[in-house]
Amino acid sequence: MSNDRVQYKSKPGNLNLSVPNKFDVSNLRSEEMIVNLGPQHPSTHGVLRLEVLMDGEIVKEVVPHIGYLHRCFEKHAENLPYNQVIPFVDRLDYVASMNNEHAYAMGVERMLGISDQMPKRVEYVRVLVAELNRIASHFIAIGTYGMDIGAFTPFFWLMRDREHILRLLEWASGARLLYNYIWIGGLFYDLPVGFEDRCREFVHYIRPKLLELETLLIENKIFVERTANVGVLPLDLAINCGVTGPVLRGSGLRYDLRKVDGYSVYPEIDFDVPIGEGKMGEVGDCWDRTHVRVLEIHESLKIIEQCLDQLTGTHKRTRDFDPQAFIPKKIRPKAQDLYVRAEIPKGELGFFFRADGKSDIPFRCKCRSCSFVNLSVLPEIAKGILVADLIAIIGSIDVVMGEVDR
Amino acid sequence: MLTFDQILTIVKESCAQAPPAVDEESTPKAVRIDKLDLLHVARSLQQNPTTYFDMLSCVTGIDNGPDAATMEVAYNLYSIPFNQHLMIKVVLPRDKPEIESLSNLWKTADWHEREIFDMYGIFFLNHPDLRRILMPADWVGHPLRKDYKHQEYYRDIKVEY
Repeated sequence: MSNDRVQYKSKPGNLNLSVPNKFDVSNLRSEEMIVNLGPQHPSTHGVLRLEVLMDGEIVKEVVPHIGYLHRCFEKHAENLPYNQVIPFVDRLDYVASMNNEHAYAMGVERMLGISDQMPKRVEYVRVLVAELNRIASHFIAIGTYGMDIGAFTPFFWLMRDREHILRLLEWASGARLLYNYIWIGGLFYDLPVGFEDRCREFVHYIRPKLLELETLLIENKIFVERTANVGVLPLDLAINCGVTGPVLRGSGLRYDLRKVDGYSVYPEIDFDVPIGEGKMGEVGDCWDRTHVRVLEIHESLKIIEQCLDQLTGTHKRTRDFDPQAFIPKKIRPKAQDLYVRAEIPKGELGFFFRADGKSDIPFRCKCRSCSFVNLSVLPEIAKGILVADLIAIIGSIDVVMGEVDR
Repeated sequence: MLTFDQILTIVKESCAQAPPAVDEESTPKAVRIDKLDLLHVARSLQQNPTTYFDMLSCVTGIDNGPDAATMEVAYNLYSIPFNQHLMIKVVLPRDKPEIESLSNLWKTADWHEREIFDMYGIFFLNHPDLRRILMPADWVGHPLRKDYKHQEYYRDIKVEY
């Protein structure tokens, strides 16, 4: 092979240029050691690298090293027109793309001032697909969490049930995971004919499965022993760290942006916000966070049923309904700054936009991702625990590295 | 729940350097303050029992380009008990971008400020651990600056693809 085809030349000095660790061997106390966890490890949920300072099996300090999956989302967004950013938005939290698109489209619509002209049917379809995707995301969170701490069967059962959701969404949008379905000012397509009936069948199918899940995993004695009283996140620390989503609600605060901000058609829909109550241990432990996710699936099913009622009743499919009717021909918001936030399965997804009013490319598009902020709480609650509990805590926070690194 | 004008009065009381300016062109309404007042204003907004902004949702760095020669940092504050939202903006000179860190008040600010340092090269004074967070530690330059030119090679890997 000729020399110019070699992509990467290894030099001994390269490793010293970017110091991979924060801690140094020279200032460790006796019995202490630095253990590297990840980035290629199944229990770190992607490419998360943890530098763990340990004394025997006790974790003294955890330093997360992130950025292995950095794909320059913000740089891309500042070089592309608003509508072309949506496929990149899909790839932030790639197991809940619909929710990301919903948040992004809502932000741009608010900048354009067209958010209150949206047809109700469009909004109900958006909420319907977003809640379906929320269930799929929680299935992954619970399934992989069970697998992290040794329960293998729930993962397969949940993947099987998630497949039904992915097939429904594939039917609607044409893609399994990265949909590009919710557009600024409308939808890619209306729902396919017969979608509502299939969706109702799915709701009937999934309810008993959730009860199975609770007996199989959530109330399982081994699972409870591994998660109750582990990684307790006190509420004041959670708020101070900016934690949102099931992690915050697991700590006992009834704070859901679907209720608080009441965006889209959520104010017209009746649902509850479950919180962690410390049934198996202290409030805010890993078990509470997982249990909140299970309860949220039940609430999402309620929302889906109400959306289906609306979509087959008051706002039912008509021949002349065009989901692309309100898509603006030119997306050029006037000069302004706007911060928009929405509840995605992991927490608060926020977008900060600055439009200069002269181009259809955002001057600044910052993504406030919830996994990034939720992960930053890990060093706070992982002090003085056993290393096996560290794995349990990472799984219970439910980070998606695509969103952490953006 | 206070109105925006009442919050503005509270901000005004804790500004020593320059009176705050209101930015009408942003959603939510934003207050522009001097960078030396930031720590004081933030502390009073967090600890005043009538405002109680207990959650720092987002910290954004903005580069206005070499022509404007300014950078900005925007803070999005939320008050959970009062359901209140406020944006604070601070303008910094581009040749010496330095601002006080808020990570002592809100722990969220820690990683957000590291990211802004990484992407814009804005220095946060008194930050506990100001390292790059997304880019490798030996990366040259701050990628989201408007005049950023990437290096040709990174560890003998061609950057241009």
